[in-house]
Amino acid sequence: MNRDTRINWINRLILPVLNVLTAFAATAIIFVIIGVDPIEAAEILLYGAFGYQEGLGYTLYYATNFIFTGLAVAVAFNAGLFNIGGEGQAYIGGLGTALIIFAIDPNTSAWIFIPASILGGLLFGALWALVPAYLQAYRGSHIVITTIMFNFLASSLMVYMLVNVLREPGNMSPESQLFPQNSWFPFIHDLSTNFGFVMEESPLNVSLFVALFFAVIVWILIWHTRLGYSLRATGLNSEAAIYAGIKPKRIILITMCISGALAGLVGINELVGYQHRIIMDFHFGYGFGGIAVALMGRNHPIGIIIAALLFGVLYQGGAELAFELSNISRDIVVVMQGLIILFCGALQYMYKPWVINALAPIQKES
Amino acid sequence: MDDLLLTLVLTFDAALRVSTPLILASMAGLFAERSGIVDIGLEGKMLASAFAAASAATVLGSPWIGLMAGVIVSCGLSMLHGFATITHKGDQIVSGVAINILAAGMSIILGLAWFGQGGLTPTLTYDQRFHSLSLPGIDIMDNIPLIGTIYRELISGHNVLVYLAFIIVPIVWWVVYRTRFGLRLRAVGENPKAVDTAGLSVTKLRYKALLVGGILCGIAGAYLSIAHNAQFTRDMTAGQGFIALAALIFGKWKPYTVLSACLLFGFLDAVAVRLQGVVIPGIGEIPVQLIESTPYLLTVILLAGFIGKAVPPKSVGVPYIKEL
Repeated sequence: MNRDTRINWINRLILPVLNVLTAFAATAIIFVIIGVDPIEAAEILLYGAFGYQEGLGYTLYYATNFIFTGLAVAVAFNAGLFNIGGEGQAYIGGLGTALIIFAIDPNTSAWIFIPASILGGLLFGALWALVPAYLQAYRGSHIVITTIMFNFLASSLMVYMLVNVLREPGNMSPESQLFPQNSWFPFIHDLSTNFGFVMEESPLNVSLFVALFFAVIVWILIWHTRLGYSLRATGLNSEAAIYAGIKPKRIILITMCISGALAGLVGINELVGYQHRIIMDFHFGYGFGGIAVALMGRNHPIGIIIAALLFGVLYQGGAELAFELSNISRDIVVVMQGLIILFCGALQYMYKPWVINALAPIQKES
Repeated sequence: MDDLLLTLVLTFDAALRVSTPLILASMAGLFAERSGIVDIGLEGKMLASAFAAASAATVLGSPWIGLMAGVIVSCGLSMLHGFATITHKGDQIVSGVAINILAAGMSIILGLAWFGQGGLTPTLTYDQRFHSLSLPGIDIMDNIPLIGTIYRELISGHNVLVYLAFIIVPIVWWVVYRTRFGLRLRAVGENPKAVDTAGLSVTKLRYKALLVGGILCGIAGAYLSIAHNAQFTRDMTAGQGFIALAALIFGKWKPYTVLSACLLFGFLDAVAVRLQGVVIPGIGEIPVQLIESTPYLLTVILLAGFIGKAVPPKSVGVPYIKEL
């Protein structure tokens, strides 16, 4: 092995694995501190996530959201942008989906409803990312700060919309009326019955396939198109990109719109796929979760799908854990998210000098 | 007329209370960002400190111990931020996000394990929290019209941390502009290489700045749970760390302008509470959400360059890598 491939292997495989293990070890320590046996906790968690069909359904259902937001963050990361606004884009994307569904005649065929609701999410998510992108590209304000502000603006706007505009007349809680039945995404357990398998009911719906489809699209877009090349070039060195004839400002706009659009799809899984109405805070936590997923998945669609699955497991297993043990709640998943962002993101090269030293003798022998 | 005056004074009074944590947190951010470290973990540090302060106060029975616990936890997170971003040159935003998320999760998990009340801490008794102080001379001042009311309602009757926040601002100004540490702090945020060439340690300076920020942020968090309120509740910072960050940008990283921004944002919040459901003649009911989101809107508009220009410290966000 020459030096370059060795460094490559360290960065790509050894370090990420060590980082994830560190995050898990830290979680285990926290379990011990609060008096829960980490092994028992892991068993409950895994049983909850995989042990029965309904649990598995929930796991994949949560993973779907994380694929969307993970892809969103990753697309921006590849262009050197940190989209911390996935939270707001997901929320507003859901609004777009709901508005389009309510605008269409309820008797329209599902074949119109499905693409229309997806389009609504994409469009509104993209629009919510467009303003911060414009400010970053043309007015020099930092995208991280503006997207944070836009998260809060989204939250205020949605409270207003849900309480004053979309709320079903006579309903005390801030939620809209049900979407027309034709617009509902089919549940996987309903589909499987059509093919002769009987499955336990779960919120898992065809949005999972939409998410996987978009993962493929992102992969093609970033690594196999001209736009993707410009995007990565801008991310690596935007000044050099200018000399290659790339316009970084335009790339920033386009990238952020794609990123926001992907985050905007959380609503189709949550609302069109399961709740069948727009509710408050349906997006909560998935935008920030997407950051952890993208960091863990090394900004690559395959990595993201794996990381999203892991987070799906944590979400569903965490619910099981909170149900089984009284002294723990689902927030343990939030803690794990934080630890993963810390060790796989902020401290991702912590072990690097150590690993290089440890591998040095092997290098000499070969 | 008297009623209107009283309402106005009471609104300003509420504004002071709401501004206090913003002032403390934004001064914390000022130290970090002036040294070249972006600190979006203000929110998480405040939350962690609020939890630590309430827990310590309820178990050990003293608000001062609570305050200390809050400061220690907040400083610990600041040092973690430093370890990731200064020592290991990690991404400052990523590290801040990690701190925010960790604090949100840990405060609930530990609260549940320790107190078993769904993540809340027990309500603090009278002795376990900070109280409003009556300033001397209220009775004499009361005889003076207007000033008497203002003195009694607005100036007197806050807890010690509110006064502390307002005293800290001139001190911060003095430290940043009139001391050797302040000069170095500003220099390291603008041009760390020059500081390094002058034989000073960039690493040490940045750690020091983060530590000062940790202390201030810790006070801000403790204020929320053991002075302004009497217990820790889930996500009780509710974005105030980010509003403090907005105030820091809005105030262009200068202590007094940041203070004005905090007061403005605090005032907007107090007005939003007052205007809830009030119909204004000729305009109708103003949506509370609109007033609530004004700090964010104003900051975005400022960042867009439509009202002045916010120029951050030059090297903020860039890890310093010493050439070998």
